[in-house]
Amino acid sequence: MRAHENSPLKQTPLHALHLARGAKMVPFAGYDMPVQYTAGVLKEHLHTRKDAGLFDVSHMGQLVLKAKSGKVADAALALEKLVPQDIVGIAPGRQRYAQFSNNDGGLLDDLMVANFGDHLFLVVNAACKEEDEAHLRAHLSDACEIVSLADRALIALQGPKAESALAKLCADVSSMKFMDAGPRRVADIDCFVSRSGYTGEDGFEISVPADKAEVLVTALLDNPDVLPIGLGARDSLRLEAGLCLYGHDIDTTTTPVEGALEWSVQKVRRSGGARAGGFPGADKILAQFTDGAARRRVGLKPDGRAPVREGASLFADATSAEPIGKVTSGGFGPSLNAPVAMGYLPTALSAVGTTVFAEVRGQRLPLKVAATPFVPNTYKR
Amino acid sequence: MTTLYTSDHEWLRIEGDVATIGITDYAQSQLGDVVFVELPKVGRSLKKAEAAAVVESVKAASDVYAPITGEVIEVNEALAAEPALVNSDAGGKAWFFKLKISDKGELGGLMDEAAYAAHTA
Repeated sequence: MRAHENSPLKQTPLHALHLARGAKMVPFAGYDMPVQYTAGVLKEHLHTRKDAGLFDVSHMGQLVLKAKSGKVADAALALEKLVPQDIVGIAPGRQRYAQFSNNDGGLLDDLMVANFGDHLFLVVNAACKEEDEAHLRAHLSDACEIVSLADRALIALQGPKAESALAKLCADVSSMKFMDAGPRRVADIDCFVSRSGYTGEDGFEISVPADKAEVLVTALLDNPDVLPIGLGARDSLRLEAGLCLYGHDIDTTTTPVEGALEWSVQKVRRSGGARAGGFPGADKILAQFTDGAARRRVGLKPDGRAPVREGASLFADATSAEPIGKVTSGGFGPSLNAPVAMGYLPTALSAVGTTVFAEVRGQRLPLKVAATPFVPNTYKR
Repeated sequence: MTTLYTSDHEWLRIEGDVATIGITDYAQSQLGDVVFVELPKVGRSLKKAEAAAVVESVKAASDVYAPITGEVIEVNEALAAEPALVNSDAGGKAWFFKLKISDKGELGGLMDEAAYAAHTA
């Protein structure tokens, strides 16, 4: 994560549209971003779960990784040196969740990797994108070309009516399944479309040339089912979906095992797999697959109504002096109409149903370890 | 009955030696949808500027400070069951707590309605 406080805020290609729609703007990862529109976080959240929400995520980094050999498999093999995922196994037209690991087994960032047939398309977090690009160049430049697609916007269309809204502009999308990805013509614009998102809902992420972004977004917002949604609801939606926010729920000190992301590390990269190891921190990460880790990321449901927010210390009981863990994300879940949180606990205390206590304003509030997602996801598998 | 305001966007309705305290409509519009309110305990002595209550939106928690010194004599239990009252009726049904005023001299430092309107303009 880089501190951006001293540089002027950057704007996405949709900045003017946000202002015209009454967005309240806040600094986020160096960008002036909409935190909410006139409807407010609660209504924006509920609208996304009921109909469809449109998010500007153009601050995120979009990169092309292309092997000098011209073979996508060589780009995939190269990227496997930096991530614990099976990249070679991503079929053309498919996308997969991945993380850049460091030598301690911690995570430098999380990202999406798509196979576009002759190259890989990567989407990384805004706050890490310069470092990620430098990391790719430092380690993969011998075998690959790395191109930053800074001239593209990125939008997400999420919710049960996302498909019908997008299908009006691109009939093709109805046949896509969760994590399908590739170039599509949308409203006569050359886009990259994936059926994915960060809300737990069915939906799409659309990369669009910057100079066409406003035309595309305006066309989508012409549909009364679609409302613009700010970063506030994006956060409450992803929290209810149990999805990690990089820099909060996972960071350079958390491994994929500690982060409860074992599902994201395919067997072929684990001990005994055909391409086991070979990524930074493999010794530590693979040992944790065998031996377990001392701590684990869990979902947490406060018993009461008070939200328990990021940074709150967790305790084994109502009086013990020593904290046993920490809340890494927490707030109010509008769809649950209840507070929800995530945090790290000793693995021995991480079973669903275990009661722990968070310190909030000097009081110990009980929470229960809960299964995630808190709200069932509705992906089109 | 007089209504006074603070620069932190609280209102106080003064009736005799009792002040009823809430947050202004401007404050609720800035906070967004209120999902939780934590109120002080009845009987607690509050010093002026001390954190007295907490109002939480989906995004964030905000402190409500005691605008004057006094003892809490009543709190609005309705807010526990229906925090959204703060959004729908900030200046009325969504009062937070009542204080027995310790020092009426402190009221002199507060704003009247016209001054508060100018403050938020």
